[in-house]
Amino acid sequence: MTQPAFAARVDRALADPDLKRAIERTTGTARSKRAAAVAAWPDFAAARELGRDIKDHVTANLDHYLLTFERNATAAGAIVHWARTAQEACDIVVGICKAAGAASVTRAKSMLGEEIGLPHALADAGIERVETDLAEHIIQLAGDPPSHIVWPALHKTREQVAALFRAHHHDPGALATVAAMVASARRELRRRFMAADVGISGANFLIADTGAVCTVTNEGNAELTTTPPRVHIVTAGIEKLVPSTAHAMSLLRLLVRSATGAEVTQYTTFHCGPRRPGDADGPTAFHIVLVDNGRSRMLAEGLAEMLRCLRCGACLNHCVVFRQIGGHAYGGTYPGPMGAVLTPVLDGLAGTQDLPHACTLNGQCQEVCPVAIPLPTLLRGWRERSWREGLEPGVVRGSLFAWRFLVLRPALYRPATALALRVMRLFARRGWIARMPLAGGWTRHRDLPSPARQTFMAQLRQRRPSA
Amino acid sequence: MSDKVPEGPRVGLFVTCLVDTMRPPIGFAAIALLEAAGCRVEVPRRQTCCGQPALNSGDRAGAVRVAQHTIELLASYPHVVVPSGSCAATIRLHYPTLFDAGTAWHRRATDLAERTHELLSYLVDVRQWLPAGVALNARATYHDSCSGLRELGIAAQPRRLLAAVAGLSLARLEGADTCCGFGGTFCVKYPAISDAIVSEKAQAIEATGADLLLGGDLGCLMNMAGKLHRRGAAVRAFHTAEVLAGMADGPAIGDGA
Repeated sequence: MTQPAFAARVDRALADPDLKRAIERTTGTARSKRAAAVAAWPDFAAARELGRDIKDHVTANLDHYLLTFERNATAAGAIVHWARTAQEACDIVVGICKAAGAASVTRAKSMLGEEIGLPHALADAGIERVETDLAEHIIQLAGDPPSHIVWPALHKTREQVAALFRAHHHDPGALATVAAMVASARRELRRRFMAADVGISGANFLIADTGAVCTVTNEGNAELTTTPPRVHIVTAGIEKLVPSTAHAMSLLRLLVRSATGAEVTQYTTFHCGPRRPGDADGPTAFHIVLVDNGRSRMLAEGLAEMLRCLRCGACLNHCVVFRQIGGHAYGGTYPGPMGAVLTPVLDGLAGTQDLPHACTLNGQCQEVCPVAIPLPTLLRGWRERSWREGLEPGVVRGSLFAWRFLVLRPALYRPATALALRVMRLFARRGWIARMPLAGGWTRHRDLPSPARQTFMAQLRQRRPSA
Repeated sequence: MSDKVPEGPRVGLFVTCLVDTMRPPIGFAAIALLEAAGCRVEVPRRQTCCGQPALNSGDRAGAVRVAQHTIELLASYPHVVVPSGSCAATIRLHYPTLFDAGTAWHRRATDLAERTHELLSYLVDVRQWLPAGVALNARATYHDSCSGLRELGIAAQPRRLLAAVAGLSLARLEGADTCCGFGGTFCVKYPAISDAIVSEKAQAIEATGADLLLGGDLGCLMNMAGKLHRRGAAVRAFHTAEVLAGMADGPAIGDGA
């Protein structure tokens, strides 16, 4: 019933004990730190409502804030570009790099960059790309896509990272401790920062009333990526808009606590236009590429609430499915519950319809979401669409049709259930069914309690014939 | 089970398809508890299933038809009680979303939603009832099923009820509010993922050292009990209603009812 590609990725993930250990190490810490941060914040519930309202207000007035942002960013000296699709966005970025005669670009971590396929586009254009975020550096060396939106190298154990550095770094040293590995990466990356022609970053917030772009990191790599090169390019989804800096701060408090449990990021930087006369450093050209790539379609198709997403990763860290299969099994740029909503938008529902179904609808993602996105409701929406578009397999449709036929006809449902119980009990030994035809999905991994000898309704009829 | 307290509210018991077929004692425990709490219990005979298989599979048209059947069936009861958090949440929260606002069916669905309660929360919140004279010498642990916990806010009620059972102690279950991996059709559509989740749940249950696993949703209980049994664990599983009705001296889930 499952798409073979998804099933194969899931099987591969479940068979990897290192992956399980790596996921639990990072998400377990994230969960307990987030819980402590939320518990220490008496106004969390009110802040969450405010965050939700800010995002919904921007979404409802997107045209106004987009044009305000463009006007103010342009006034500050930025060059604003509009991209409807991933392809258009990549073409714009590659075009800027080529016009600047860039041989080498540095890049700060940006999920939007992954979404639009920027790494591939740069490679195809023959431009050398240096990832400067530590985790992105690791997965660039490994040739892997990110497996988490906050910790892209979540799937790598520190032992695997040490092996990668030993193989690729010029001066790896002993690599006996995490600190030694970080030092090795720093030595490797330092010389690249200064040599780059273009720096590319994402944005956590686009601030409409100043035209500034806000990035937050914990490593400081974004500042080294965007300051020394001649050209700085920002790629950002249009949902990153906020009305003002104060609104960005309200959302930042929610974002950081939900992502890592810290109160604030180590580096919170506002980029507003290129280097001005008298500035000690900064790029001489500052480009902002505003990317739609399905976002306005989400507005039209009942997914507006998803545009609230701050990309904090809390829904991934708390998802029982993500915690078992990790990010790569989802097969899209974004994994976990938010990815299961976004991937069908970006890659189409046909072929990705497993993602909204591979979820127990337990609601924990919605509970921890800092902007109260009703993720289970949105996933149910995709399930309905998948049903309407005929993407669900015939065996599921057939059995649900038969089930419905009986459920609506109690006079047939009673003898049918009585018969089913009798058949099932043929397979029971001492109260448990260990194997039964058509029940392999259950009995492959667990025993099935034997059903009752008689249904509740039949027993009741005997006990209370008149009722 | 008699008409000892005829002045209480008339309650329609929606027993759920799983209890009907897999675990009838839960239905009889629910009747006993509701009668002890002063209700006049009736069991509408044409009831079948609340429609979750269609609802969770995206078959909206199918879910609408089954909801209409259930709405008509339960139209006349001042209160409807369901011994399951997920089936109660389906009626309370999801039925109204199946119909367009302003239609007669939407009004009827909303009306039913307002009258429908999960059993354990109904006993505590609406009937202000706690068991008296029930004893069970055992060490139990409690799993909070997700729909009851997050959609209906059920967490304190079962614990208050169980605290009134003499001799019963509750051991804290690590991750009691984490999904057990059942998820209705999820567990058979994605058996390997479900197994990985329920395996961790079973380990956590075993680590409590409890003799009994209790909960408020039969689907989750069957999933966890089935995994515990496959692992050879000695933990026995009951619906909380069975314990409260003094029926936990009988066979546990899977112990040959």
